[in-house]
Amino acid sequence: MIKGKFIDNLPKVYGIYTGGFLVFIILMAIAEQAGMSAKLIGIFFVAFTVLIYALIGWLSRTLQVDAYYVAGRQVPTVFNGMATAADWMSGASFVAMAGGIYFKGYGYMALLVGWTGGYVLVASLLAPYLRKFGCYTVPDFIGTRYGGNLARFSAVIVLTVASFTYVTAQINATGTIASVALDIPFRIAVYVGLASILMCSMLGGMRAVTWTQVAQYIVLIIAYLLPVFWISSKLGAGFFPHFMLADEVARIAELEGQFGFVKNSAADLATVPKGLAGITKAHSSVNATPWAFISLAVCMMAGTASLPHVMMRYFTTPSVRTARRSVGWSLFFIFLLYSSAPMLATLSKLSLIDPTLPTGIIGKTIAEVQSIDWYQNWNQANLMFISDFNANGTLELNEFFMGGKAVVLATPEIAGLPYVISGLVAAGGMAAAMSTADGLVLAISNALSHDIYYKIINPKAETAKRLIVARVLLVLIGFAGATIAALEIQGILGSVIWAFDFAMSGLFFPLVLGVWWKRANAPGAVAGMLLGLISGTAYLIWVRSGGSGFLGITQLTFGIVGSAVSLVSMVVVSLITAAPDAATQKMVDDVRIPSGKTVLAQK
Amino acid sequence: MSKQEQHWEKTRNLLFITLAIWFVFSIGIFLFGAEMQESNIRPFGYPLTYWFTCQGSLAIFVILIFWFAGRQEKIDDEFGFSEREGDK
Repeated sequence: MIKGKFIDNLPKVYGIYTGGFLVFIILMAIAEQAGMSAKLIGIFFVAFTVLIYALIGWLSRTLQVDAYYVAGRQVPTVFNGMATAADWMSGASFVAMAGGIYFKGYGYMALLVGWTGGYVLVASLLAPYLRKFGCYTVPDFIGTRYGGNLARFSAVIVLTVASFTYVTAQINATGTIASVALDIPFRIAVYVGLASILMCSMLGGMRAVTWTQVAQYIVLIIAYLLPVFWISSKLGAGFFPHFMLADEVARIAELEGQFGFVKNSAADLATVPKGLAGITKAHSSVNATPWAFISLAVCMMAGTASLPHVMMRYFTTPSVRTARRSVGWSLFFIFLLYSSAPMLATLSKLSLIDPTLPTGIIGKTIAEVQSIDWYQNWNQANLMFISDFNANGTLELNEFFMGGKAVVLATPEIAGLPYVISGLVAAGGMAAAMSTADGLVLAISNALSHDIYYKIINPKAETAKRLIVARVLLVLIGFAGATIAALEIQGILGSVIWAFDFAMSGLFFPLVLGVWWKRANAPGAVAGMLLGLISGTAYLIWVRSGGSGFLGITQLTFGIVGSAVSLVSMVVVSLITAAPDAATQKMVDDVRIPSGKTVLAQK
Repeated sequence: MSKQEQHWEKTRNLLFITLAIWFVFSIGIFLFGAEMQESNIRPFGYPLTYWFTCQGSLAIFVILIFWFAGRQEKIDDEFGFSEREGDK
């Protein structure tokens, strides 16, 4: 059926794959009608998709360094865009984002703007230049551009801190979904999730991760968009929700005015299960100060441009030109999901609170709501809760509580869609969390194996040995991540945001100035990375332990402090120490033009 | 000025234009979020600021990157710095 090289057949291969997945969804829908249990459908969805990824991972196994670290540098533009989108959109984007918008409204939308705007920085400041450099990892760029093991080592430290913070959240998310879908305890599910992640990346490194991420993108985008479009049509809101929900948004504002946001007493709130929240903020009005919004957006944008697992995806394209265009495609594929999240939040909220809709529960009697099937299910799953605080027998807006995840996970059921959609959503969430975890674990282990082991400890290591070290590290880091995830220290979303702040604090300016400022030198870069990371972390600890902070910078935006210190120290130290030598200056000149050999190939 | 310096100057100017547009739609307009929300301009019927956060700014970023890539390719072509077959 398929002849010739795999790369030339990509559209066909993934076309067949997508068709096959749609057929699978239809088969599951038929099986549901024939009486297959909801639990079995969920197991089928998650198990089937994970097995496919593992198969792709096995088929992509490799013994070549170039394939292991940068997928042979032959990933076409659009496919790299899809892989980056999957790499980028984590379990948090998939499961928690719509929930965040649902509860926090405008203040939360800063994340949407930040997580997309950052790609403009990636495309214009960094990706094409780092591709021209021809490095395997981000610390590889820092180490070669600035010279010296100390710079390389500092970059590895920042990378590890940021990526590790992020990866525990992702393994946590795979565990959560696996435990719900497969009905096993969370502590075991975390390791099931880890095993799936390692199967995708261990044998084939970046090459395997690339092709599984494309497959995961296809699953996650179908799983996100299908319910949004379906629910919108079902509610009669319009067949294309993105352009047609203005009336619904206005209706929510009207209902909010009608119900009012009644504040609950602390004693009442204490009875609400942990992690659940009520609707306390207006859906569409501007409810955050400009600074609160902008500071969060800025942190997410600079963080996007400094997170190594995203940057290294652009090392895999065939050329500088394709790297640049590939950033555009990445953002396009991300846009498809991000622009749908606010629509889902709107549909979800309206179907719950509008008393004129059959699904609306506000204004019904407490007993009536308690007898609804989906309420019982999600109450049992600890994601929904109602309580008659004012004892009038009727459910008020301030008496209804929900977990953030429920917006994505429960809305299909609330809107009366068949269970097959809920199974699909679970598979999508799993794909989102796995793809990001894969990219992160690989980023860390590649940095350790390439930059620490090969470049610093044992530069004479043979290929086979390097690849074994890389794989052993991959497994070790995966286990470390899973062990910490199993402890359930932080929530998913909080730690994701921290990862951006860490990356921004330590890496943003050293990366950008490495290309755009010839005078930047090794001592400056080391000072920038270390002082940035240390001051950012110190600020975080200070605020977390009750410090008041300054300038309205919170624990979610500590990257502003870190990166400011990083910039100042990098510039000052660079200027008081000697300028980089002629060879380094020449290197920067070479990075700035696309033609010619990569900088590392010239050496 | 050498060919490479001219190329870099044009590249840098393109960067400044790109970042200026980026600044407007990621930071600038949100300085006036509350004022814009009251405006009569309502894309697809949504309140203006709300629309920018849901779709507007996001879509502009996508278009901006493709526009930037096209312009940068033109600059590279102009100075003969585009990649050729065999560059690896």
